[in-house]
Amino acid sequence: MAKIFEIRWHGRGGQGAKTAALLLAEAASVAGKEIQGFPEYGPERTGAPVASFNRISDQPIGIRSAVTHPDVVVVLDPTLIGRVDVTSGLGNGGAIIVNTNGPASQIRTRLKVDGIRVYTVDANQISLDTLGKAIPNTPMMGALMRVSGILDYEDFMLSLRVQLTKKFKGKETIVEGNLRAVERAYQEVQGDDL
Amino acid sequence: MAVAVALQKKVAMTGNEAVAQAMRQIEPDVVAAYPITPATDIVQYFSNFVANGQVKTEFVTTESEHSAMSACVGASAAGVRAMTATASNGLALMWEVLYIASGMRLPLVMTVVNRALSSPINIHCDHSDSMGARDAGWIQIYSENTQEAYDNVIQAIRIAQHPKVLLPVMVMLDGFIISHAMENLEILEDGDVKEFIGEYRPERYLLDADHPITIGALDLNDYYFEHKRQQVEGLLQARKVILEVAGDYQRVSGRSYGLFEAYRMEDAEAAIVVMSSTAGTVRTVVDAMRKEGHRIGLIKPRVFRPFPARDLAEVLRGVKAVAVMDRSESMSTAGGPLFTELRSAIYELEPRPLAADYIFGLGGRDIYPEDVCGIFQRLLAAKPGDICSDPMVTYLGVRE
Repeated sequence: MAKIFEIRWHGRGGQGAKTAALLLAEAASVAGKEIQGFPEYGPERTGAPVASFNRISDQPIGIRSAVTHPDVVVVLDPTLIGRVDVTSGLGNGGAIIVNTNGPASQIRTRLKVDGIRVYTVDANQISLDTLGKAIPNTPMMGALMRVSGILDYEDFMLSLRVQLTKKFKGKETIVEGNLRAVERAYQEVQGDDL
Repeated sequence: MAVAVALQKKVAMTGNEAVAQAMRQIEPDVVAAYPITPATDIVQYFSNFVANGQVKTEFVTTESEHSAMSACVGASAAGVRAMTATASNGLALMWEVLYIASGMRLPLVMTVVNRALSSPINIHCDHSDSMGARDAGWIQIYSENTQEAYDNVIQAIRIAQHPKVLLPVMVMLDGFIISHAMENLEILEDGDVKEFIGEYRPERYLLDADHPITIGALDLNDYYFEHKRQQVEGLLQARKVILEVAGDYQRVSGRSYGLFEAYRMEDAEAAIVVMSSTAGTVRTVVDAMRKEGHRIGLIKPRVFRPFPARDLAEVLRGVKAVAVMDRSESMSTAGGPLFTELRSAIYELEPRPLAADYIFGLGGRDIYPEDVCGIFQRLLAAKPGDICSDPMVTYLGVRE
């Protein structure tokens, strides 16, 4: 991976877009990558549109600007489509992964953008099943791994286990629930070539 | 993979977390603080270390930043290591006590997470806060990333307490861009940090009952001037001490530091001078444009006080044009603080390079590689003999 792989997360305050970017950065770091993980800085309000960013590379990363031309966009809340320009800067061959119970074809119609790959996964249902509440950020990381292939999946899961175990000390059901959610989203994400 | 995880030397942390870790390893005797965005995490993490018994520090929660700095002054004068962290208006509220700390020659160390000053109210990054404090008699060290923030805080302890310096040190990192961004960095072993900073044994201190002294006494037209001159002497000595400490730190960490970083300057005909996180973006552009054959470089001042004027002039000798990027406005209408210092520093160079100022990023306005490319293109187009750019000051990315 010579270039810097860039990811933009879209969500609403409270859905964990920032946490996802930081968790992914940590997991990629443990897997030996150079990383950046940062939120779009601003007053944080529950329900308001928010964004966060990742850069992942094999080389040290110098650039400090916000991510404007992402390789992959992850949308935690489908109601953002049409309200926030979620495909902004997404180039030819770029990918967008949306958390929704609908098919990718439906999202493609709503996005009205050609030349990008569109994927969907029902991360809300997955997290309801595995964690008992709708926290779509961790399952979306599973979908991201499948679509992007930026990290070896086994490496990623091992790193994520390390991070989650540290974060949720003594709460094994939460750690296992999150890992199951990631696993399921990895399997269940669907779209053009999946 | 399992092996790779075990051998992983680098850890992922935000800038604030990295600074808090450095403070945990330093384990100052007193930390007095009042939290303010975006420096709050530092104090929050550190208070956890206190609560968990990981440090024996006396943690003083104060009712304002003015009191936080006052408590640090008291602790330091009494004879112990004291630290704090702040940002923006918090630093502004410390104002009068900043001068008291430096005038009393107290080796405090404070992290400043750079943030715009009110008004209008803004929580984002610029350097208005610490630049306003540039003449307060503190040593000022600016960090590009989480690693540098961590490394600079540790080195600051040694610089401040050096008997030839005895001055407070401010370590800066960019608000949110670094303070809240997660990056890889290497953390030293606790024991290595303890050994590096050494035990603190001040020569004179207030609570030394066997050798009573007066601190902060009235000092009118008989001696005030001499004491100010001595402060300047401390700053003059600091140049050498900062380099010595950096040398020692390199032996422990493997990472080298100077008064500034000169990147690809050997044959450069144009250069950008910029501090802190933006230097990373500029470095990326230098690499990209060098591939196209442009002879350009970057100078990233690390130490702004004392200002390494002669060293900077030396590295800029032979450069055709230089742009300074200021992340604050001095309101002088003649350029930002870094520009006026740098331009003055290169005044004696023959031939004198063209110097242009770019004020950018106020209140957190983002800056992109394309902006930096544009600056380099303008510098490269300068004709030999041009010394004054038109306009002298450009406001990058502002709507006018």
